[in-house]
Amino acid sequence: MIKINTKRLAKFLGFKAIRLLILLVVIAAISFIMIQLSPIDPVRAYLGQRIVSQEQLAIIGRYWGTDLSLTERVFGWLQTLASGSMGFSLIYRVPVTEVIVQKFLASLTLMLVSWVISGVVGFGLGVIAGAKEDSLADKAIKTYCYILQSSPTFWIGLVLLMLFSVYLGWFPIGLSVPIGQLSDTVTFWQWLHRIILPAITLSIVGIASLTMYTRDKLINVKKSDYFLFAQARGESFWGIIKNHGIRNILLPAISIQFLSFNELFGGTILVEQVFAYPGIGQATVAAGLRSDVPLLLGIVIVSAIFVFAGNFIADLIYQYVDPRLRSEGDE
Amino acid sequence: MSELPWYNKGLFSSLNLRQKTLLTIGLTGLVLLIIFICGWMTNANLPTDFSIKMQAPSFQHPFGTDWMGRDMFARTLKGLSLSIMIGLAASILSSIIATLLAFLASINRACDEFVSWLIDLFASIPHILLIMMISIGLGKGAFGVTMAVAFSHWVNLTRVLRAEVLQINTSEYVLLSRKFGKSKLWIAKEHILPLVLSQIFVGTLLVFPHAIMHESSVTFLGFGLSPHEPAIGIILSESMSYLAMGAWWLAFFPGIALLIVVLLFDIIGDNLKRLIDPSEANK
Repeated sequence: MIKINTKRLAKFLGFKAIRLLILLVVIAAISFIMIQLSPIDPVRAYLGQRIVSQEQLAIIGRYWGTDLSLTERVFGWLQTLASGSMGFSLIYRVPVTEVIVQKFLASLTLMLVSWVISGVVGFGLGVIAGAKEDSLADKAIKTYCYILQSSPTFWIGLVLLMLFSVYLGWFPIGLSVPIGQLSDTVTFWQWLHRIILPAITLSIVGIASLTMYTRDKLINVKKSDYFLFAQARGESFWGIIKNHGIRNILLPAISIQFLSFNELFGGTILVEQVFAYPGIGQATVAAGLRSDVPLLLGIVIVSAIFVFAGNFIADLIYQYVDPRLRSEGDE
Repeated sequence: MSELPWYNKGLFSSLNLRQKTLLTIGLTGLVLLIIFICGWMTNANLPTDFSIKMQAPSFQHPFGTDWMGRDMFARTLKGLSLSIMIGLAASILSSIIATLLAFLASINRACDEFVSWLIDLFASIPHILLIMMISIGLGKGAFGVTMAVAFSHWVNLTRVLRAEVLQINTSEYVLLSRKFGKSKLWIAKEHILPLVLSQIFVGTLLVFPHAIMHESSVTFLGFGLSPHEPAIGIILSESMSYLAMGAWWLAFFPGIALLIVVLLFDIIGDNLKRLIDPSEANK
C-alpha cells in the first residue's frame, strides 16, 4: 500500500513550485532581452517589402513601444506577464493566450498520439532486442536505432511525405482540415487520416533513445542473480522477462519517456512545418520569421512549462511511485 | 565480444581490437575529410542552365538537377562542407564553454549551485526553440546559427565534466597539492586539466553530430543560414515546393548525404570513446 508522507510531499511540491517560478521569470527576462537585442528591426520585419514613409514608421514604432529604453521594456513585459496577460499577437491580431491555447491544443493531440506510439513501440522493441541479445532481430533493431538517431526529423517527414502522399497517394499532403471545410465540421476519420503521417514521423524519431535505454536495462537485468535463480527454478524464458525484466524496467522507461518532452516539442515544430499542420510549431516559426515578439515569448514560456511538467512527472515517479526509492527516504 | 566490427574476419583478422578501432577512426575520418575538401573546392556559384532543369538522377548528374538546372551533387557537397564547418566551430565553442563552466563549478559551493542552475535553465527550453531565439537575437546568418548551436549544446558535456572535476578534486594528490600551498589555478591546470582533456576531446566529437543536425533543422525552418547559401537545410526547404511534382531526388539525396555524414561522426566519436576509456572497451 502506498503511504504518502504529506509533509514531505508538500515540501517537494513547494520546492518545485518556487523553482518553476524562478525559472519562468528568468526565462521570460532573458528571452525578452535576447529578442530585443536582435539587430532585426521588428517593424521592418513586419512590414516586409511594403514601402512606408518615415512618419508611419515612427507611428508604428511608438504603437509597439520600440522607442522605449530596454529596461523600461523588460519591466513592462514582466509587469504585464505578472498580471496574467501575455500581450497581443501581432500577426494573428488576438491575445497571445488565445492563439497559444488554440494552437497548443491542436499540437497536443499530435504530440500525445506520437508520444504514446513511440513509448509503446520503443519499449516493445527494446524488450525484444534486450531479451534476444545478439540475435538477428537485435541487430536489426540496433541498426535502425543508430540510423534514426542520426537522421534529421524533418528529412524523415519529407521522405514519408514523398512516399505515402505523393507517390502512393494514401494521405493528403498537408493541413489538418480538408480544403473548403470548416474545422468544426471535420469528421473523426478525416482528422485521423490527416494526423497519421505527422504522428508516425514524430514517433519514429522518438523511438530510438527509449529502445536503446530499455535494451541496456534489460541486458543488465539478465546478468543479475535473481534472473539466474529464476532460470534455475525452471521458469519459461518469456515468463522471466515478463515477471523480472519488464517489472523492473517499466518505471525508469516511463520516466525516460516523460523526460523526452523537450525533444518532443522540438520535433513537433519541425514536423508541423513539413506537413503544414497548423499547430504550435507553425505558430512558432511564423512568429519568429515575422518578428511577432509577444507570441514568440509566450510560446517560449509555455514550452518551458511543458518541459518542466514532463520533468516534474518523471521526478514524481522516481520519488513516489517507485517502491525501491520510496522506502529509503520515507522512514 | 558481442560488437565485433565487420572486418573481424578475413583481411584484417591479424589486427587486434585497438588497431581495428584505430583503423575505423582513420578510415571514417578520411572519408569525412574527402567530403569536406571536395565541398570546399566546389564552386558554389553553379551556372544556371534552364535547358536541363528538374532532371532525374543520371550518370551526368548523380543527384539530379534542380529547378534552375544546377547540379544537385555539387550543391549537396558544398552544403555538407558548410555543415561540417559550422558543426566544427559550434562544437569546439560549446566544449570550451563546458570546460570553463565545469571549472567554475569547482571553485566553491555557490559557483557549483549556480552552474547546476544554469544547466537546469538551459535544459528546460526545447533545444530548437532555444537555437531559434539565440539565432534571432544575433541576427541569423552563419554567425548567429553557429553561436546558437554552441550556446545550446554545452549542457551534457558540462554535466559530465562537472562530475569528473568534482571527483578529481577530492582525490588525495589534489588534497596534498593544496596542503603544499599550490593555488587553485595551479591545481586546475596541472592536475585536473590533463585528466579531463580526453573527456573534453571525446565530448567535442560527440556534440558534432547533434550540432550538424540542429544547424540544418534550424536552417530548414528559416532561422539559420541565408537562403542563397547551399546549406542542406536550405536545399531541403526549397525541395518542399517541388515535392508534389514528384521531384523526389531534390529531398532524398541531400538528406541521406547529411545522414551519412552524421553517422560517420557518430562512429568516430564512439570509437574514440572506446579507445580513450578502456573500461568501456569490453562492453
